[in-house]
Amino acid sequence: MEWETVIGLEIHVQLATKTKIFSGASTAFGAEPNTQACAVDLALPGTLPVFNDGAQKMAIMFGLAINADIGKRAVFERKNYFYPDLPKGYQTTQLEAPIVGEGYVDIETEDGERRVRIHHAHLEEDAGKSLHEDFHGQSGIDLNRAGTPLVEIVSEPDMRTSKEAAAYARKIHAIVTTLGICDGNMAEGSMRCDCNVSIRPKGSETLGTRTELKNINSFRFIERAIDTEVERQIDLIEEGGTVVQETRLYDPDKNETRSMRSKEDANDYRYFPCPDLLPVVVDDAYVEAIRLTLPELPDARKERFINDLGLSEYDAGVLSAYRNQADYFESVVERCNDAKLAANWVMGELAKNLNAADLSIENSPVSAEQLGGLLVRIKDNTISGNIAKKVFEVQWNEGGTADEIIEAKGLKQVTDTGAIESMIDDVIANATAQVEQYKAAEPEKRGKMLGFFMGQVMKASGGKANPGAVTGILKSKLDALCD
Amino acid sequence: MRDMFEKTLSELAQDLRNGTVSSVELTQTFIDRINRCDSDYNAFITTTPELALQQAKAADERLAAGTADPFTGLPIAHKDLFCTEGVKTSCGSKMLDNFESPYDATVVAKFKSAGAVMLGKTNMDEFAMGSTNESSFYGVCKNPWDTRRVPGGSSGGSAAAVAARLTPAATGSDTGGSIRQPAAFCGITGIKPTYGRISRYGMVAYASSLDQGGPMARSAEDCALMLNVMAGQDPMDSTSSAHPTEDYTASLNNSIQGLKIGVPKEFMSADLDSAMAAQIEAAIKQLESLGATIKEVSLPNTRMSIPAYYIIAPAEASSNLSRFDGVRYGYRCENPKDLEDLYKRTRGEGFGSEVKRRIMVGTYALCAGYYDAYYNKAQQIRRLIQQDFMRLFEEVDLIVGPTTPSPAFNIGEKANDPVAMYMEDIFTLSLNLAGLPGMSVPCGQVNGLPVGLQLIGNYFDEARLLNVAHQYQQNTEWHTLSPVKA
Repeated sequence: MEWETVIGLEIHVQLATKTKIFSGASTAFGAEPNTQACAVDLALPGTLPVFNDGAQKMAIMFGLAINADIGKRAVFERKNYFYPDLPKGYQTTQLEAPIVGEGYVDIETEDGERRVRIHHAHLEEDAGKSLHEDFHGQSGIDLNRAGTPLVEIVSEPDMRTSKEAAAYARKIHAIVTTLGICDGNMAEGSMRCDCNVSIRPKGSETLGTRTELKNINSFRFIERAIDTEVERQIDLIEEGGTVVQETRLYDPDKNETRSMRSKEDANDYRYFPCPDLLPVVVDDAYVEAIRLTLPELPDARKERFINDLGLSEYDAGVLSAYRNQADYFESVVERCNDAKLAANWVMGELAKNLNAADLSIENSPVSAEQLGGLLVRIKDNTISGNIAKKVFEVQWNEGGTADEIIEAKGLKQVTDTGAIESMIDDVIANATAQVEQYKAAEPEKRGKMLGFFMGQVMKASGGKANPGAVTGILKSKLDALCD
Repeated sequence: MRDMFEKTLSELAQDLRNGTVSSVELTQTFIDRINRCDSDYNAFITTTPELALQQAKAADERLAAGTADPFTGLPIAHKDLFCTEGVKTSCGSKMLDNFESPYDATVVAKFKSAGAVMLGKTNMDEFAMGSTNESSFYGVCKNPWDTRRVPGGSSGGSAAAVAARLTPAATGSDTGGSIRQPAAFCGITGIKPTYGRISRYGMVAYASSLDQGGPMARSAEDCALMLNVMAGQDPMDSTSSAHPTEDYTASLNNSIQGLKIGVPKEFMSADLDSAMAAQIEAAIKQLESLGATIKEVSLPNTRMSIPAYYIIAPAEASSNLSRFDGVRYGYRCENPKDLEDLYKRTRGEGFGSEVKRRIMVGTYALCAGYYDAYYNKAQQIRRLIQQDFMRLFEEVDLIVGPTTPSPAFNIGEKANDPVAMYMEDIFTLSLNLAGLPGMSVPCGQVNGLPVGLQLIGNYFDEARLLNVAHQYQQNTEWHTLSPVKA
């Protein structure tokens, strides 16, 4: 039988507020355990939450970016369950009246553009972390993360392949990083993904029983986890079994999913409106004021890169996906005034070096200004592309502007025809054997033999001779010898 | 000469200003009284004599330096659900018997900065759940008028301590009547302000949408002095109100000529003890003689306040009390074998039976499938009750009636019949559901036991409540009666 996969994603995005959603404690990552948990985060008796309106603003920004309705009156509710890293015994979240209503994003797939509808996005608080290692059979609780603001983005089950799911997650990542509402660091848990996966016979309209794959923190794992789970479900059904609704954990090391808890074990969360927080009333003027502050979004930027800068669809897609990279690219273009050259360098030499050094673009040792200055010198023939790579290497390791390096290292391209002619004369004079072969060769084969002389001249010039000028002069001098 | 401990806050404030007594002397007087007499009442869970004397000394310095606030040097006690830095805050529960708060509740901090002296922390029903003080882990507190009887609850310790002259005043909290009912039972004056008038930050939550702290003292004037310290918006409590505060002592002496008073017929019904009804009627006559006009009115949904309250309050409590899990602070069972065992035994052993009962009721009411039938329905009733009041306040300025259906009953009398106990709250609950301010003022006695008159005001009308109560007290002596034998 041919099966169709149905996928919906719940993506948790940690908002980049300085302080927590309901307390004044810092949200910075990586501090010593429990040093960033105040009385409110510890749920000491008598403490009360105070809503951080910075989180509200960021959630509204996201809503506007996905063309969603913004809730006029968002209500925080309590989701009650016991767990040691949930200090209050409930998570403050939104259920009936979320801040962001229905919206959508468009993703690129192998079959063209596809729309993924977003059911809603709501604000909530993150839990702390339970640490099970190094405690000799006991567990440690770190509440630094408790109360970090999250936006949970709930999609409709609109994706049909693991690639689409990953593309959707990438698009959400591009939007939240472009908006500057999330640092996008998936390894630190800034964006985590739950995948709801089911299968059904192709052509069927009813949904199969779904399983939920929890807390996946990379795009690659999203694809692999879904593929693995789909395979498991197909095998199960084809062997006569049934899929049970349950939460499963993906183990990237073994590339398998395994059951965490079934629906029967699920909590009754006893949601009810949190009486400690007033409903968040959002007026239109406030939303419109936020709309005016929105940066250019990835889709719009991509269009502009294609239409105004003449980039290919692929290049424009890559360069618009991350705001910092797109900003960097545009600064380079502004400096060198050549979008294609800039795109090649940002996606080529720069990206290669950043990847090797495991650096993000905002930490690049070579600034956009430096790279742009370098490309200007390629464009005006001061240096060749190969020399430019050497200059870039110096910039990467030691810093400096292209002009300073070209000057200091004497890398300036030789375009003076007198100097080039005398170098060519020397080469011809010292290569009598090769000159004789050239002369003896059929005229149509002589072109290929130019290479040897080119190499000699470029070597003599230390690579600085303008290759175009060398070719022209060399050819006319050699051909003159043949007459 | 009257004993110092028989004086009101207002009188003591005057003495401190005049220098006829120092705060240290005053404080020592009450410390001695607590040491000598509290074994009869069990009004205090914790006393803090050393801290009190330190604060008194600092207050005397402020008084001498001329930097004193009106409250500087006056001793008070806090109900043991207000967090006090470095001093045990137990909420009357085994669960928090070992808990010392690292911070002060906003109310506590306000009294500290006003220069008040804290004598200690008063007894209460466990987590403020109860009307008798019998659910306290620290044993029942006794009514100073008759120690075989309950002082009321949940602020029973505060009411008993004030009545027994162990402190001139105390803080309380009122979720369904927990200031007004014990004030009535113990013959003192107490006010539950409008919801949001006083910060709840640091006041351990029972039912967040109903809880409100407030003053308990010997007179309306003293309550006004306290409210001046306690009232105001708090950035740490989102539900505290931005409504401007006022000097609540300023209008105490205004005439009440022309005041329109409504008396709900549902409050003067068969629920009310007949001897008490006579006392309430006499008090209403007294108000009429002071120039008020009296009108019978109706609050048709009063009876529904009991079922609505006993859904909403336990529902919120079931969630509010989830944090007591043995993980971070408070009681933890011995040698838990796993997480579930830790939760079950910690909570099973740490909470008393009334708290467990309300957690179970509240958990049930919020369960999937029951939510609409219980919690949502209760919220609808809550709106109806509020609308009843709003309609009345279009035609009257104030509503009066009894605070309780009967005077203080015997210890143990209703302990095994929770529904009979819940019925005792019939006249007080509806205000909490509506968020309105209410007061209880002593207005008579039945068989030597005090009777409380309840005054109910419109939102943020505390100054008018205090004004009416003060005018009543200027013309009556019920609030001056003392259970302390000379």
